[in-house]
Amino acid sequence: MKIKKTEIIPTYAEAFEMWGGRAIITADNRRWARTAAQSMTGFATSVIGCSCEAAIEKEIPAEQTPDGRPGVSVLLFTIREKDIKKRLMERIGQCVMTCPTTACFNGLESAQTVSVGGALRYFGDGYQISKMLGGRRLWRIPVLDGEFLVDDLFGVQATVGGGNLFIMGASAAATLRAALAACDAMCEVEDVFLPFPGGTRSGSKIGSKYKELVASTNDAYCPSLRGVSPETKLPENINAVYEVVINGLNEPAVREAMRRGMIAAAEKGALLISAGNYGGNLGRYKLDLEDILGDGG
Amino acid sequence: MALELTLHTQPEVPLEAECITPHRLAGLSAAKAERLDAMHGNRKVVLGDFFKAAGKGADETVLTGDLSLVKLIGAQMTQGQLVVEGNVGMHVGWGMCGGEITVRGDAHDWVGPEMSGGRIVVHGNAGHMVGSAYRGQPSGLCGGEILVHGNVRNETGGAMRRGLIAVGGDAGDFTGVNMIAGTIIVMGHLGIRSGASMKRGSIVSMNPAPLLPTYEYACAYRPLFLKLYLEHLRGLGFAVEDRHINGRYRRWSGDSLELNKGEILLFHR
Repeated sequence: MKIKKTEIIPTYAEAFEMWGGRAIITADNRRWARTAAQSMTGFATSVIGCSCEAAIEKEIPAEQTPDGRPGVSVLLFTIREKDIKKRLMERIGQCVMTCPTTACFNGLESAQTVSVGGALRYFGDGYQISKMLGGRRLWRIPVLDGEFLVDDLFGVQATVGGGNLFIMGASAAATLRAALAACDAMCEVEDVFLPFPGGTRSGSKIGSKYKELVASTNDAYCPSLRGVSPETKLPENINAVYEVVINGLNEPAVREAMRRGMIAAAEKGALLISAGNYGGNLGRYKLDLEDILGDGG
Repeated sequence: MALELTLHTQPEVPLEAECITPHRLAGLSAAKAERLDAMHGNRKVVLGDFFKAAGKGADETVLTGDLSLVKLIGAQMTQGQLVVEGNVGMHVGWGMCGGEITVRGDAHDWVGPEMSGGRIVVHGNAGHMVGSAYRGQPSGLCGGEILVHGNVRNETGGAMRRGLIAVGGDAGDFTGVNMIAGTIIVMGHLGIRSGASMKRGSIVSMNPAPLLPTYEYACAYRPLFLKLYLEHLRGLGFAVEDRHINGRYRRWSGDSLELNKGEILLFHR
């Protein structure tokens, strides 16, 4: 299958079930909201080496946030359901509550919730105050510039992690342009985030010749290893590969992001687009590239 | 279709009509509604002795007339809408836990006693003891919202434990007396002895107020939670100015004779 001159390899991305929540961070201005969000999403690129995957989803205009101040929404995913509360609590407590003027609200309506503000409230050392408004409990935790306001409950749900695209081209610069165009297009989709820095590079396989490593370089897609890796999957005209990992609150969102990403990369001159999988034995979701392109007509 | 009850005979003494509540009226024809029991002083009467009913009992009930002497309207209400096109008597919304009561005129004393959910909106003034505990009871309002667009008299929110009381005008004396928790917002002036013996909770006013010596000044700041409350009230049609939403408030902590975990927030600028 082709989009313009870009060949789409007939394969699928293998994605997994993860657990996720959404935090809405607000502050007196965009700068502090973004600062807190960047801090909260730091060192959260891959569960291979980080305790969670997280990224800024989008900026939210003041008139759409719970407290009428500029906001940023953050999506945070973990592999196990039991970890999501702890990760939200750690990162909101250490990265948002510590940032000037901020507040943090739940951004995901879900039947299942975890008590985040209810755990953070103890930082108030007995001076914390609970407020109930319209059936929603808020905690006011005294801090040095006033109060940190945080929702008691945050919605969590099963999500989709590990959707991916391999975007390939003739040179690193040209391929990166195509990959970034794909990232920009994917970030426009609601409920989706790209956990890697700037959205792309990544590229690892499961396992290693060193038994203590759970992941190592994906030699099958390393252009410099084409001559030595028995697993290489790169034709001769490919000199760079960028992988984009896509996480989303649901499968349709991830599929739509992948669809837009493939089209954008093709328009920017990617030569080949593929995806990573593990033979379909590990992940719950098989995101077939040709199928996905068919989604959009 | 709503059930409409129109007062045709003014009671001479208070009429206790706790049957006028949506779940008691649900599904009743007008004729059956008129046969519901009520107490006129110490005399047993039927609703039809005072009200003309029309329509059929459903989720909405509309009452018309000066019901200043009709007590216990909306008692134990769990759902639905109850609209009073006029004044209403004592104990409106007693024991209410859901639904909404709208009073287009004034309300007498004891609005929302023992209320735990739902909303009462009074477009005029209300009397004493709005959301307060009955004498001898440990707590008053335990949830839900009472919005009075006009003034209220004394002991608003007495011993309230949870929920929101908002007053568009002035409040009398002893607002939030014995308050356990919850929020009282007064857009006008507070009377004297506000927050006396308060344990926890928030009393807010948009004007300076005389405070008890058992309250200690803390700081002037912008309490973010209040912005959410004021936006919420504005969304319900309450008159809230931008300067109050975005302004700074002086915070006093008290009552130091109790837990000292309550607060009075007075609009600064």
